[in-house]
Amino acid sequence: MDNERKYNNIIVSKRRLSKGTYEFWITNELVSKNAQPGQFVILRTSETSERIPITIADTNEDKFRIVVKAVGKSTTELCMKNVGEPFYDVVGPLGKPSEINYYGEVVVVGGGVGIAAILPIAKALKNVGNIVKVILGAKSSEEVILKDEFPFADKLTICTDDGSEGIKGTVVDGMIREFEISKPNVIWSVGPARMMERTSFVALENNIPIWVSLNAIMVDGTGMCGGCRVLLRRKEENTVSEEIRYVCVDGPEFDGRFVEWESFISRLQQYKEEEKRAFEKFLEEVGDLSWL
Amino acid sequence: MAVRDRIPVPELEPDIRKHSFSEVSLGYTLEIAQEEAKRCLQCKIPTCISGCPVGIDIPGFIKEIVAGNIEKSFRILKSQNYLPAICGRVCPQEVQCEGACVLNKIGKPVNIGALERFVADFAQAQGWSNSNNSETLYKTESKNNISKKVAVVGSGPAGLTVAFELGKIGISVDLYEALHEFGGVLVYGIPEFRLPKDIVKREITALEELGVNFFKNIPIGYAIHPRELMEKYDAIFIGVGAGTPKFMGISGSELNGVYSANEFLTRVNLMKAYKFPEYDTPIRVGKRVVVIGGGNTAMDAARSALRLGAKVTVVYRRTEAEMPARRAEVHHAKEEGIEFLFLTNPVRYLGNEHGKLAGVECIKMELGEPDESGRRKPLPLPDSNFIIEADVVIEAIGTESNRFLLSQFPDLKTNKYGYIVTNEYGQTSIPKVFAGGDIVTGSATVILAMGAGKKAAEGIVKFLLE
Repeated sequence: MDNERKYNNIIVSKRRLSKGTYEFWITNELVSKNAQPGQFVILRTSETSERIPITIADTNEDKFRIVVKAVGKSTTELCMKNVGEPFYDVVGPLGKPSEINYYGEVVVVGGGVGIAAILPIAKALKNVGNIVKVILGAKSSEEVILKDEFPFADKLTICTDDGSEGIKGTVVDGMIREFEISKPNVIWSVGPARMMERTSFVALENNIPIWVSLNAIMVDGTGMCGGCRVLLRRKEENTVSEEIRYVCVDGPEFDGRFVEWESFISRLQQYKEEEKRAFEKFLEEVGDLSWL
Repeated sequence: MAVRDRIPVPELEPDIRKHSFSEVSLGYTLEIAQEEAKRCLQCKIPTCISGCPVGIDIPGFIKEIVAGNIEKSFRILKSQNYLPAICGRVCPQEVQCEGACVLNKIGKPVNIGALERFVADFAQAQGWSNSNNSETLYKTESKNNISKKVAVVGSGPAGLTVAFELGKIGISVDLYEALHEFGGVLVYGIPEFRLPKDIVKREITALEELGVNFFKNIPIGYAIHPRELMEKYDAIFIGVGAGTPKFMGISGSELNGVYSANEFLTRVNLMKAYKFPEYDTPIRVGKRVVVIGGGNTAMDAARSALRLGAKVTVVYRRTEAEMPARRAEVHHAKEEGIEFLFLTNPVRYLGNEHGKLAGVECIKMELGEPDESGRRKPLPLPDSNFIIEADVVIEAIGTESNRFLLSQFPDLKTNKYGYIVTNEYGQTSIPKVFAGGDIVTGSATVILAMGAGKKAAEGIVKFLLE
């Protein structure tokens, strides 16, 4: 196998999508040729780096795309990488692909950088003949990234917290309005955990399956550590059944109606203090990052 | 004939090693090794060899130590065991070679493990194990130069052994690893203080020099479909281990602070979380850690947590006599100040209002009738519940079949536990696919995986020549 050519993991293009949010195209044929919508990669930026899981946002021949928002040390370091530089490690594709089938009418919801993750799913759903209604949301108009890449959608609704574009409100408001017109057969929702939780509540009330893509903390990404485990709780009649699933190999997509959100969100916070410490130390080293 | 006492291996003092990930056992010097080697009775019918899963000529390599011919000793070792520096350190010798040593009848067995390690380390220091010498080292091997290609999936002890056995007779081997380091459990599981990672690295380097092609970061099944491997290679070996951790499944398992031993050890060993924030991957130990289980993994987790600054209690549902861990590890753990609660089992985890672990509710156990494993079955004593306050709990209760690759390989026949079914040569239900190690037997030891790798390599060669 030709190691040099096939997966040298070099950044071939980088684009700033909004403040602190970047798009990267990276050469890795193994990822680009095999990736299906919903799958993710794990990246490392250096010898001392964490293993960072990120959803694959598109592929093109020998390249794949990711979109990253700088929120902590690892993601900031990642966003500071430039064209021509390689990643230390790239592993993928990982996780189960989205269940792309013909459902009829589908609502696809993307919030923040989740918009990048939802794009290939929405496209694939359209390609198999679904009516795809897309709802995108962010704080303000400029943070609604990649909105030009949804021309295939049967309907595109934009929601902004500050009302600078589309509906003033969250994607949940957009969803509720959409449901007043017609209810879909299935929903996809990808974004911050709280957003996925709230959209799942709406889906539950309306008794519609909703796929959410869980961004759990992971180490290996191949089912070996169990750190990414999530509790699923199904209530049927008088019985409650619970099961533990691994996001990396059983997911990352689960029906959000059954995700036990409280523990999921609390597990996302488990290294909050350490993350803060690492980020502060990093900022001391690199200085002002307001330009990012 | 009077037999001298077994000579203990020099070790770091417990007070020093409690704060350090440096290797605990310091190993024999040449002089001490020769003294210990002289204790070997050179039995005509050596029982020790029957206790060795890879059949090392144990009296043979020991005899050469006495004679001062360490290079010859090393060749004898290496001809049967590809990884002596590793096996000398991590094999459960007390139930293998040393357990079968005749000296047990009158005293303590020969310290075969320490002698094996001595020879391997001595050879490394002399530079005998690198490529310049591999020609002479393996000159007994016929260079068939079979022009066939074999893929090895997984770079743990089984995969490395297969790569070595095939590589040394000139078969082209491509070895695939999903993680970013090679060595499998040797790098993510076993801690630095028991097996320094440099030793694993140099074994990998030696294999590279033998001509084995290494590919990391490749999740076979996802990045390369098994179908593609089947087309591209003349044979495939699967040695992906039994890496999926089991959980007790008791209430509170989702709390922050509840780790599987696999996660805890992977963070510490592979990701070097003990060097946080120099390394980015964090780990939590808090003040008090409870480790559940009685195997080597439990000891590794407990001793790692101790080194990260916690007070550690090991909770085991049977008694010390039933503990599956190597005797030396239990002894080391006790010396370092780890507390053991035997006949105790956790029943639920208690959390605080932030979703963080606060304590472990346990119940006392007693031993009943022997179960199918032959060990007496632990039974809970009613109304004996008590709570241990804890910031972190680490479950080390075993692992199961990793479905990661197998889910993409549905034609491969597995048993009811999800392990691959093979014949004695590791051949699976698909003739060109072989398997060995934990993915066949379930969680076992490094040396058994290596034994399986040797057997499978034999099977592969036979298959390729047919």
